[in-house]
Amino acid sequence: MLAPILVICALAIVVWVVGAPLRGGPRAADEEVVAERERLEAAREAKYREIRELELDHRTGKLSDEDFRALDRQLRGEAVVIQRELDRLD
Amino acid sequence: MAVLGRALIYLALAVAVYGIVAALVGARRGRADLVESARRSVYALAGLTVAAFAILEIAFLRSDFSFSVVASHSSTTTPPFYQATAAWSSQEGSLLLWLLMLSLWSSLVLFLTRRHLRDVVPYATAVLLGFAAFFAALLAFFESPFAQVAVAPPEGAGLNPLLRHPSMMIHPPMLYSGYTLFAIPFAFGVAALIRRRVDADWIAATRRFALAAWLFLGAGIILGARWSYAELGWGGYWAWDPVENASLLPWLTGTAFIHSIMLQEKRGMLKMWNASLVLATGTLCILGTFLVRSGILDSIHAFGASTLGVPFIALIAVMVAGSIALVVSRRDALRSEHRLDSLLSREAMFVANNLVLVGLAFVVFWGTFFPLIAEALTGERQTLGPPWFDRYTVPLALVLVLLSGIGPVIAWRRATWRNARRAFLVPVASGLVTAAACLAFGLGESPFSVVMFALGAFVIGTVAQEFWRGAGARRAMAGEAPPRAVVTLVRRNRRRYGGYIVHLGVALLFMGVAASSAFQDERDVRMSPGDRTRIGDYTVTFAKSTADIELRGGRLENIKFGARLVVERDGGETFTTVTERRYFPSMNPALGPIGRFFEGEATSEIGLQAGLLRDFWAAYQPDQESIRAVVDRLDERMEGKPADQQVRAMANLTAFLRDRPPPATFRLIASPLVSWIWIGSLVVFSGGLLALWPAPDAARRRATARAAARVAQDLSRA
Repeated sequence: MLAPILVICALAIVVWVVGAPLRGGPRAADEEVVAERERLEAAREAKYREIRELELDHRTGKLSDEDFRALDRQLRGEAVVIQRELDRLD
Repeated sequence: MAVLGRALIYLALAVAVYGIVAALVGARRGRADLVESARRSVYALAGLTVAAFAILEIAFLRSDFSFSVVASHSSTTTPPFYQATAAWSSQEGSLLLWLLMLSLWSSLVLFLTRRHLRDVVPYATAVLLGFAAFFAALLAFFESPFAQVAVAPPEGAGLNPLLRHPSMMIHPPMLYSGYTLFAIPFAFGVAALIRRRVDADWIAATRRFALAAWLFLGAGIILGARWSYAELGWGGYWAWDPVENASLLPWLTGTAFIHSIMLQEKRGMLKMWNASLVLATGTLCILGTFLVRSGILDSIHAFGASTLGVPFIALIAVMVAGSIALVVSRRDALRSEHRLDSLLSREAMFVANNLVLVGLAFVVFWGTFFPLIAEALTGERQTLGPPWFDRYTVPLALVLVLLSGIGPVIAWRRATWRNARRAFLVPVASGLVTAAACLAFGLGESPFSVVMFALGAFVIGTVAQEFWRGAGARRAMAGEAPPRAVVTLVRRNRRRYGGYIVHLGVALLFMGVAASSAFQDERDVRMSPGDRTRIGDYTVTFAKSTADIELRGGRLENIKFGARLVVERDGGETFTTVTERRYFPSMNPALGPIGRFFEGEATSEIGLQAGLLRDFWAAYQPDQESIRAVVDRLDERMEGKPADQQVRAMANLTAFLRDRPPPATFRLIASPLVSWIWIGSLVVFSGGLLALWPAPDAARRRATARAAARVAQDLSRA
């Protein structure tokens, strides 16, 4: 007798958990702008990471000063472009 | 409780199917409420699966033999630890474990991405729930762990004795964690392709899951190797067995993936390659799961023939066809944003490393499936043994180790010859000195091993140099003391230095493999007590024969025959080791009350003296035929007698055989540097964990603040 009661309880909990977002009625997703912002923020983080790694490569002697300056300038330029695109979204 | 368990599985299947529909409709119609409901259905699925698994575990721990799976895989005399872990020694229980892990990892990734990748997540949810629905359907309609027997037997068959080893019990959850964790990047890869959002976002969201999958799968493979070495009685740790290979395949492509995604994250390169790799890895995980369960290839690790072949083949066909269709239809979006700047760059090394890893995977795939291919073409099953695998994998492994040394010291984008010379001077010198030392010590008979030692030393040199230079840079910048400089360096660059530690571990591991494969002494020798023999640097004396019975809960669990060996190393220590052969009874009553002990499963307890430089390994095999006449006579006398009399008879038999032991064959092995395989593995996993561990938010912010400030400066100037 216990098993059927527990099954009904499990079913009720599942319906309650899964159905909760539907109780307030349909909600539209605002995905276009959000997705673009997410993409740009991730790209900016990746660029910052690349700049840091380049610095570490330079400090550990893998890059000459000249190469480092050129690549660092290029990476920062790319980061500036991403930041501008982000600012445009605000 | 079996009814409840079965109902929970049906409910899990229904929730998974609902979630797929909700996620897809929500994504197509832009309905956030439906997408949210689909995500919650993954949480609900996890809850239901946890409950179902708990019911199964309770049945095992309570020895509830009304559960068919408990009766066939456990017994009241099985130790509690093995009762708890016996659940996944069965086909049904292991499928439930697969579903449990998939649902838990899926819940975690969907919780972490609840505010990110909103356009991709619904499709990833649908893919993950698709896998869950597949496994829930197998559990509901093909292999139910909650099937019951009409009349519960008073005792169960017990856990297969070969599996009564701690590493063998942890090995399956590790493998399944690896397989199910790889389902996460697979699902997000599919979703990113469907949405044509093939930038690095989906990789950033799932990178840690891919790394964790690689770590768990690798740990599972090593635990399996350790079990083989310590338990199986043949003396090796890797036999190119189809099931071993099945777990190695996704690990190899997964290793390629976690390297090549760095190129996509940093440079927007190799998008098509990464998409293909992650789709192949996910498919190979399912193929590995299928191989263990289908019985299509002979393996000591397989569950045996089952009815699961057709559903698995259907799933694999859908995954392969779907993957090819997705990659081909999205080929425009998957174009690289940059080209290789130079062949002398880390990018080029990563490409080479990927080609070698995929080449290795291809060799392993071909060697594993060759029996099926040959049978299809010629009607005759042919297998490819270890020499065939070694012919191709050894040179590829050498190149892989070389690349794992070059990668860390070469710069991204382009390195100059001047910098490369400076970077490689010390590592190359350490490699050459090692090669010269190997030749001076007379190891030239195995050129591959000498090259592997030299390359291993080269890798150790590059990693040590990287730590030295990195710590030096930190000291120059922050004036920290050397130990603190190393800690700060690693803490702020966990991914990079974790990776270097992995490379160091790989070098140690391969050096152990090279030494133990090339310079191992192995002999099968027949001895009686008092006899003496030699193996490698060791003189081995069969000092004493042992024989005993093991009772558990008043029941005769097994009988064991063994040998005490006194081993003397030339110019070194003398030690004693014991090796045993244990016999577990067959459940077939027709075999006689005494004889059935010699017809059931038998396990080897290895006599092992492990050291940093060499292992002494011994396995014992008594000649059963020589005692058959005694056993047959006892069977006749004990037939139909009470159990306690049979136990006494067995005790008398073992006492008799202790004094007059049967002739025995010993497998003796003296093997150098085996311990470095396990030490290297531990180093690999430590490095993997370090790379996986997230930096605290504050540290991450601090680390990017400088770069952000410099970019902000540029921005204000522009």
